[in-house]
Formats: sequence, C-alpha cells, structure tokens
Amino acid sequence: MDQHLLSIVLFTPLAGLAVLLFLPGENKTLIKLWANLVAFAGFLVSLPLASRFDASNGGYQFVEKAPWIPTMGVQYIIGIDGISLLLVMLTTLIGFLSILSSWTSIDERVKEYYAMFLLLQTGMIGVFVALDFFLFYVFWEIVLIPMYFIIGVWGGPRKLYAAIKFVLYTLAGSVLMLLGILTLYFQHFKQFGYYTFEVAALMRLDLPLGLQQWVFWAFFLGFAIKVPMFPFHTWLPDAHVEAPTAGSVILAAVLLKMGTYGFLRFSLPLLPKASIDQTIVQALAVLSIIAIIYGALVSLMQQDWKKLVAYSSVSHLGFCTLGIFALNPNGIAGSVIQQINHGISTGMLFLIIGVIYERRHTREIAAYGGLAHVMPKFATVFAFAMLSSAGLPLLNGFVGEFTILQGAFEASRTWAALAVTGVILGAAYLLWLYQRTMLGQVTNARNLHLPDLSPRELAVFAPLILWAVWIGVYPKPYFDVLEKPVAQLVERVRPSYFTGQVQAGLTEHRAP
Amino acid sequence: MQHLWLIPTLPLIGFAVNGIFGKRFPKSTVSAVAVGSVVLSLLWAVKVLAALGSLDTPHVEQYFTWFQSGDLRFGFDLQVDRLTAVMLMVVTGIGTLIHIYAVGYMAHEGGYARFFAYMNLFMFFMLILVMAANYLLMFVGWEGVGLCSYLLIGFYFLKQSATNAGNKAFIVNRIGDFGFMLALFLIVIHFRSLEFSVVLPAVSGKPEETLNLIALLLLVGATGKSAQIPLFVWLPDAMEGPTPVSALIHAATMVTAGVYMVARSAPLYQAAPLAMEVVALVGLATAVFAATIGLLQNDIKRVFAYSTVSQLGYMFLAAGVGAFSAGIYHVMTHAFFKALLFLGAGSVIHALEGEQDIRHMGGLRKKIPVTYATLMCAGFAIAGFPFTSGYFSKDEILLAAHHHHPWMYWVGVVTAGMTAFYVFRCLFLTFFGDYRGHHHPHESPWVMTGPLAVLALLSLGGGFIKIPQYLQPVLPREETAHDLSLVVIASSAGLIGIALAYYLYVLKPALPDQLAQSFRGLYRLVYNKYFVDELYDAVFVRPTVTGSRTVLWRQVDVGVIDGIVNGVGAVARIAGGVLKLIQSGNIRSYATWVVFGSLFLIVAMGLLVVNTAAGGAR
Repeated sequence: MDQHLLSIVLFTPLAGLAVLLFLPGENKTLIKLWANLVAFAGFLVSLPLASRFDASNGGYQFVEKAPWIPTMGVQYIIGIDGISLLLVMLTTLIGFLSILSSWTSIDERVKEYYAMFLLLQTGMIGVFVALDFFLFYVFWEIVLIPMYFIIGVWGGPRKLYAAIKFVLYTLAGSVLMLLGILTLYFQHFKQFGYYTFEVAALMRLDLPLGLQQWVFWAFFLGFAIKVPMFPFHTWLPDAHVEAPTAGSVILAAVLLKMGTYGFLRFSLPLLPKASIDQTIVQALAVLSIIAIIYGALVSLMQQDWKKLVAYSSVSHLGFCTLGIFALNPNGIAGSVIQQINHGISTGMLFLIIGVIYERRHTREIAAYGGLAHVMPKFATVFAFAMLSSAGLPLLNGFVGEFTILQGAFEASRTWAALAVTGVILGAAYLLWLYQRTMLGQVTNARNLHLPDLSPRELAVFAPLILWAVWIGVYPKPYFDVLEKPVAQLVERVRPSYFTGQVQAGLTEHRAP
Repeated sequence: MQHLWLIPTLPLIGFAVNGIFGKRFPKSTVSAVAVGSVVLSLLWAVKVLAALGSLDTPHVEQYFTWFQSGDLRFGFDLQVDRLTAVMLMVVTGIGTLIHIYAVGYMAHEGGYARFFAYMNLFMFFMLILVMAANYLLMFVGWEGVGLCSYLLIGFYFLKQSATNAGNKAFIVNRIGDFGFMLALFLIVIHFRSLEFSVVLPAVSGKPEETLNLIALLLLVGATGKSAQIPLFVWLPDAMEGPTPVSALIHAATMVTAGVYMVARSAPLYQAAPLAMEVVALVGLATAVFAATIGLLQNDIKRVFAYSTVSQLGYMFLAAGVGAFSAGIYHVMTHAFFKALLFLGAGSVIHALEGEQDIRHMGGLRKKIPVTYATLMCAGFAIAGFPFTSGYFSKDEILLAAHHHHPWMYWVGVVTAGMTAFYVFRCLFLTFFGDYRGHHHPHESPWVMTGPLAVLALLSLGGGFIKIPQYLQPVLPREETAHDLSLVVIASSAGLIGIALAYYLYVLKPALPDQLAQSFRGLYRLVYNKYFVDELYDAVFVRPTVTGSRTVLWRQVDVGVIDGIVNGVGAVARIAGGVLKLIQSGNIRSYATWVVFGSLFLIVAMGLLVVNTAAGGAR
C-alpha cells in the first residue's frame, strides 16, 4: 500500500472519473454526490502523505519508478519532496472544495463538468509529482484541456474568447518549453550515451552557460506565462472573469503555482549557472517587482470584482517569483509558503465572488454596497479573506510575505524596499473593495433580501479559514518540511552559499 | 512561570465569546463578558507584578517557536520588565475604566456585541504589543491594534465618512509599517535576531550609520502609529469612531505605541545620535503644529484629537532628547487626562444626543455638574497646572529639552501655553455662558460618571507616581539640575493660556470673531488645518488613482500588452486565411507540398543539431 500511495493519490480522481462516465447523465444529484465523494476521497488519501512524510529526509519520498516508453527513455517516475508535498496537499483540498462549491451553481451538462474537474485534478497532482520530464510535460498539457472546456462551456458571456486566449497563450509557452526539454534530452544522450527524461539524470548534465541561458529562456516562457509574470499576464483577467467560480478558484489557487513550481523544480536545479547569471536574476527580479506594484495599482482601479482579484493575483505571484530569485533560503521557503497562502486566500476571495454572483448575477462592484448589513456571516468571512490576503500577522499571508521580503532584502535592499510598497497597495485595494461592496447603506434594492451563507457554503470556507490561522500562528511544520529541499536548491545554484556564510561569519550584504 | 500569556489571552477569550455568541446574548451578558475579561486581565497583571517583585531583570517566558527559517528563530515569547509593567498597568487599568464607561455609552447603540468584541480584541493586541519579547511579536501587536483601530473607527459602517476614516487610518499606518518592516529586515541582517535581549545589548559593536538607518526606519513606523508629522493625518479623522474608542485607542493606549517602541529601543537610539535628533525635531514640530490647529477647531472631539497629536509630539521630544522615562511618564499622565477629556466629551455628547460642535453648547456647567467638574480636572492637568499630573511629566520633558537645546524648551513652553488656551477655550465654550443649543441636557448614568471620577483623581494626583525613578534601572536618565525658574516659566505659560482663554471666551466673547476677521488669511489657513489633507490628496492620492486607471490599466495593460497579444492572434488569423487557399483539394499539389515540407524540416533540424552541437562543444 505504502509504496503505491502516491500513485493512489494521483489516480483516485481518474478512477472516479471512469466510474462517473457510466452513471446516468440525467440523475444530477447522483453525479454530484459521486464527484464530491471522489474528490473528498482524493483529499483523504492524500493525508497520509503529510503524516508519513519525513522532514529530516532531504530526498524524494514515496518514489515510484517504472518503465513507460523504453524506446524513448520515458519512465513513470513520481515522488515528492517538501515543496511538492505542500502543493499536492493544496491541490487535493482546494480541488475538493471547489467541487463542493459547484453544487448549486452548475446545472447544465453536469456530468461533463464534474468529469472535467476530476481529470483536471489528476493532471494537476501529476504536474507536482512527476520526476520524469516527459511525464511532467504530459500532465502539464493534460491540465490545459479540462480548463479549456471549463472556461469555454460553463463560463460567462465572452467565454470562447477567454478560453481560446488561455489555451493559445499557455500553449505558446509550453511549446518553447518542450524545445528546452528536448535540448536537455539530446544533450544527455550526447554526454552519457543513452536517452532519458529522468530529472535526476538530467541534473548530472554539464552544460555551458550559453546553452543554459538559451534553455532557461525557453523554460521561462513556459513558466512565466503560467505564473503569470508581467508582461505575460493579460490572459489571466479574461480567463478569471469568464471562468465559473470553481474554475477561477482552481486556476488561481493551483494552476498558477505550476509556473512557480516549474522554476523551482526544473529551471533552478537543471540550469544552475543560468539561474545565477546576473542578467537573468536581475531581469526576473525586475519583472517580479513590476508585477507586484503594477498588479496592485491596476487592481486598485478595477470596477469588476473578479478582475480586481485577478490582478491582485499578479501582484501576489510577483512576491512568489521575487522570493525564488532572491536565491536564498528565506526567499525560496517564503515563496513556497506564499504559494500555498495565495491558494488559500485568493481561493477564498474567488469563492466569495461566487457566492454573491450566484445570488445577483453581476460582478460589477458598483452594483453592491452595504452587504454587511444584509449578509453578516458573509461579511465576516470576506473580512477574514481580505485580512489573510493583506498579510495581517497571525494569519497566513504575513508569514509568507515577511519571509520573502527578508530573503529579498538579503539579496538587495532596493528590491525589498520596492516590494514592500506592494504591501501598502495590497491593503489599499482590498480595503477599498470591501468598503464599496460591504459597508455603507444598501444602495441597490435588489441587495436588500439576499440570503446569508448556507451551511454548505460555510463548510467550504471553514477549512480554508482554519488553514489560514494554522499557517499564521504555527507555520513551523511548513518551514520544517521545506528546510532540506530549499537548502539543497540553494546549494545547487550557489554551491558556496552555506560554506561562504560560515567563513564570512555574519555577512553584510549578499548580492546574488 | 507566571503564566504571562493569560494577560492577553483573557481579553482574547472575551472577543471569541462575544464575537461568536454575542448576538444571541442579552446586553448584560455581553457587558459582563467584555468587562469581566479585561478586569481579570488587570487582576492577573497585578498578581504577576506582585509576584515578580522589584523586576530588576526582565522576566521572560518562552512559549513556542513561531517561525523558523534557516538559523533564524522567532519565538512567541512574552516578557515583563519595569517598562512593560508601567504600560501593563496603564493599558489594563485605563482599559477597564473605559470598558465600564462604554457599557453606559453604548447602551442604546446597535452592534453592541460587535463593539465589545472589537474592544476586547484590541486589548489582546495591545497587550501583546507591550509584552512582546522581540520585535516581530511586537509587530504582531502593532498590526493587530491597527486592525482594531480600523474596525472601530468604521464601527458605524453605514456612514461613508466613518468607513473612509477607517481606510485612511489603516493605509496611513501601512505606510508607516513600510519603515518598520525594513527596519526589521535590517536588524535581522545585522544582528541575526529580533529578540530585544539579543539586539539591544549588541548595538555598541555596530556602525553608527547602520544604527541611524534602523532607528530612522523604526521612527517612520512610529510616526504612523503615533500620528506624528508627516503621517498624523489619520488621527483627527479617526474621531468618527465611538467616543470610548477615541479615548482608549486614539488617546490613551494605541497611539502611544510609537513612544513605547522608541523607549523600548532606547539603547539603539542612544547609539544613533542623528536619529535621536530627528526624533526630537519631529516631536517638537508636531507638538507646535498640531497645537496651532487645535486653537481653531470647533468639534469637541477634534480639538482633543489635535491635542493628542500635540501631546504625542511632546513624548517624542522627550525620547529624542534622551529623556525616555519622561516620555513614558507623560504616556501615563496623558493616558489619565486625555482619556478623561474624551470620556468627558463623550458624556457631553451623550447629554446633547450627539451634538459635537462647541458653538452649539455653552452653559452646561449646571446641567451636567459631574461631567463639568471632572473635565475641569483634566483641563488643569493637561494645562500643567502646578501639582496636577501633567505638571510633573511636562516639566520633566521640558527640563530635559532645555538641557539638550534651550530653544527646544522655549518652543515647548509656547506650545504648553497654546495647549492650555485651546483646551480651556473648548471647556469655557462648553460649560460657561448660556446654552446655545436646543437639546435637553441630562447627566450621564453612574457607569459613565464613575470612571470619570476615578480618572479625575488620577489626573490630579497621578503625577505622584514617580515613573522616572521607577524606570531608572531600564531607562537611565541624566540628573538635570532642577532649575526652579524654568519650572515656574513653564507653569506660567499654562496659566497665561488659561487666563487668555477666560478673557476671550468668557469675559469678551465677541472678541474672537473680530480677531478672526482681522487676520482672515491666517485664520483660514489654520482653520483648514493648513490644507495638509488636500495637499496629500493632490500630490499622492490623485496621481496614483488617475495614473493607475488611465495610464497603467487602460493604456499599458489593455492597450499595449493585450493589444500585442490580440495583434498576434489577428495576424495568425489572416495568415490562416491566406494559407487556406492552398487547401485546394488537389492531391497532386498536396504531394508537392509534402515534399517541400519534408525537405524544409530536414534542413531545419540539421541546422538545429549542428548549432546545438557547436554550442555544446563551446
């Protein structure tokens, strides 16, 4: 059992999907029940990953390895370290909650909808557990398909435009990434005489800086579009606005993290020389900082509730990429924690929009106002999500932001000083949104009798709130599982980082 | 183990209980929970302090590691030393009185449980702030009190002005936090710790330039929280909150957090002379500036708000000239008389069913005698009338300022005169002359007048609690020669201010308007608070808003970036349209294309392999 645990986690949604296909399409309740059951089971089976994970072991755990396409050197290798563990847990929980949140909002093509979600679930978990580059690429592309349909079929008025933009945009990135992967693949053959996509094997490659840089930029396009980093972000507002609630939640909470994860799992360890190349580091840090400030400023001005949260994602993900390219333990650990945090808080913010959209069918901020009076529970949950997103201490966001900024500060004071302005602006756009939607008098008569959160809706929010408090008050377990993999990553990119620190004692200013 | 954690946790429990169940409780239960939790917290604090005795060394209790990254460990650790002891007594003591008062004041307001839940939450964060054993935990309290301030300023959330004021407070404080956070990062880099017990003793070995930078960044944080120039603009607006909130948060406790933080970091500031000088100058400038605005305000709460800004300036002046203990002394006495001024103002407002404009008051002396008597005590204390509490702490500050730079003393004295003038202007307009309003004033119930009486006693006699002597082991002060003439001059300034106010507003009530007429320009400038809000709006807020909307969003994002993306799409579509022509259906032409295509691919891949091979060889 234990040696196939990870495969079970990976394929539970797919197995559920197989059964789902044989259920009668007209019995919507049965389909919903089954999908929820499968998603919940998917979450439950992932729990042992966390409880049996050994934080003191720096290597991959729950590893499974089997040949898949021997002629091409493709293998089925999966395994997780602390970084992927957290992202897998995020995926199984958020996946379940977004399926739960769809209960009343989706009424058309119910069977297809849940089928897509279950397929998506396996695809996302696959991305985070694959240790064979080919396998990774397969999962990476699989994710696109259900998301395309979720936006394109169950989306809003401009769903086709948004769906096609989403697919073409990300496809363009992944094609270049594929070229990068193939380059490594052929280089491996040249240096070692056999073909393989195994990441551990590819790490043994000795590549000149020039080639590493080339491959880095190829990977960069794939990952940066996914994150999305400035200026590749314009697919995101459209996709978010048009996607159904659960689609937005998954998109923000999990899908974007595939990009940041790609940097951590592939770009940094496989291309260490390029990753500390000054031009590249500076460029990525600058793009991250632009994303932080620019995303926040544009967010400030949105009149569409969902678009506002979408742009805030650009800002928050800017913190995550900035942390990665601080290239020190604080920056990277903070980045991973912030990826989880963003999943929790932005997930909540999109769920909140879903709740209100289902009642009023508009996302126009001006259509609201004074909702706190009508829906007090809803207002409390929203306040909670807002504070978590704004990085209030004792809630999750602060822990990630603080650690990232500490790391960024170690790398460059200027970066950190600029990035901290994002914290100010973050408070501004959220508070203003809250004021315009929740506070004041009820200005629109149609808002007067909106029902407050139902028990099912509360059940969707409760785990996220608890999780936010847990990370905010006691994040130590998270830092513990991240310590080893993050240290290895830093060691890999900057071999002298830890020894240098010991020799130099308390170094003053370590520019990467 | 003294279980220090109970002190902040008790109000937190109160918050949780009233927050979750408060709506279903009768008001009496809500009040019992809210007041009870704060009283218990006070009692536990007293018990702890009694048990710890003289507190010559700090008592630290470590609970758990909050977060740990690399070699850095930040703990959930609380500590009590003499400085914390003073703050603990002020916070829990004044907190208790204000909670009791609020039971009466809020009795007829909606959102009763919500109000007390927020108040208790505030107590929790404020106690964390003063008991934290490291800067990070202090920052937790710092942000937490800011949150409660936001929630309580916007308590009447149906009012746009209240929610605007709440947002303003939060965002201006966030600007201050910008400095605080950067200071924390600098401290971590240079000291590899944020513990007070590690950082503060280690300052001597560090370069002065670094210490100056850290101290100045911390000061940026302090100017936000304690409403100093240039970040003071949020505090007057914060008066939108219910009056007990103004008394507790925006007068007695939270706004003094900046002073506390500077005093806590005293060793660091002492090693950073430049920063010290800046602290003194910022404090002094704020004291004068806010006092002049206070001269002409007509809203009773706003007068006291500007007075708070001004008095906080005094405390910064004290810290800046090295008299940290005098600053804390003034924190305490100010907590007494300013809480009283606000609660008294609240009692007046309560009596007049919401009226706050002193031009519509007058003659209330006879109608609400208890409020009148207690407010006069507060007035004498803030004016530095001899042997009241304000007299002692203000003298301590002014003498230290004189020792530092005599001119600072003189500016301080003038400010003291202005303070006495505007406070008594306000009191005379409220209580003397004839009633100019149209309500039926009635005295407040005992739950409100009781706390007023206690605070009146403290305002008069609280100065005899000799804080500087008590703090000597933690915040040593230089013994300055007790120059009697300086003391006399300072007190006379206060007396002159009172006398002038009496002359202008009781004896010759027509004169102020004539004066206003003859100095029109100056009058308008000060009356409109020097147009600082308008200036900030024009320089910072509006450019950000329009820049973000028109330039960044409409032009850059939608225009340029998305324009390019859609452009690429359009090109692809056109190209597709052209290529469609090739789809002729003719098999022979397909075959030709297949041949050409394959040739092209072979050449291209050949080139690619050669290139990468060449690249690999290099």
